[in-house]
Amino acid sequence: MKPKLAYLGIYAAIAIILGYVESLVPVFPGIPGIKLGLANLAVLYILKKYSFREAALVSLVRILVIGFLFGSLSGILYSLAGAAFSLLVMTLLLSHTSLSLVTVSVCGGVAHNVAQMVIAWLLLRSTAFFYYLPALLVSGVVTGILIGLLTQEISKRLP
Amino acid sequence: MKKKDYLVIGTLLLLALLSWLLLQNRGKDYGGIRITVDSRIFGEYSLAEDQIIPIGDTNVCEIRDGRAFMTEATCPDHLCIHQKSIGSAGGAIICLPNRVIIESVPVSGQEGPQIDAFVS
Repeated sequence: MKPKLAYLGIYAAIAIILGYVESLVPVFPGIPGIKLGLANLAVLYILKKYSFREAALVSLVRILVIGFLFGSLSGILYSLAGAAFSLLVMTLLLSHTSLSLVTVSVCGGVAHNVAQMVIAWLLLRSTAFFYYLPALLVSGVVTGILIGLLTQEISKRLP
Repeated sequence: MKKKDYLVIGTLLLLALLSWLLLQNRGKDYGGIRITVDSRIFGEYSLAEDQIIPIGDTNVCEIRDGRAFMTEATCPDHLCIHQKSIGSAGGAIICLPNRVIIESVPVSGQEGPQIDAFVS
């Protein structure tokens, strides 16, 4: 087995654990449902270290494992939409611009939140979801900065 | 972090502020709520009247002192119960797993669920 595959397995496991850990940490007390996006830590690190393919693989494995173990089919759909759009935005920004990792992470966080809102709107056809837009944008920025800084520091310290 | 980074983050925060301003009601008085289940209107209710509204067999909405809350839900995360109550300023409470949406409507609605048939 190639060492890279083994590493990706470890990263997928870390991403799954981080997804559980974040459910224990409330981000903004008072606004329920906003998550830290700790799993994005692993995805962003892999995206920086390897490429889009590896990051997409780990992200997909995480979502499917978490989704089938603890979630529902519609939950998987929301997660996939958020993760796919976020990863796409981050990949394009990393390869085509000179933006810092923190800004890339911020755009990924916002993309994730907006994609999930759009999916909810498409599924339920209600404009009520737009009430959440300001909170989703701000939380995407705040959690994105945090995850970006953490990934930057971890990247410096890991071989 | 360079100038370009601050510009991108600043733009996103500006968008948040703009969307927040757009969502503020300007003198509009939301006197009622509309409950939607699975994209179908379940009923419209006035905020003026205190009442407890069972929504199907999954959720329960309560109107008390001019504000609407979700008090019960069968979903695992109970995010809808923890959401901020909605009053005359407008807003929405959404239970995504059960596809239940409570949103403000400007007019005070009729009482009772407006449904064709009730299957229990």
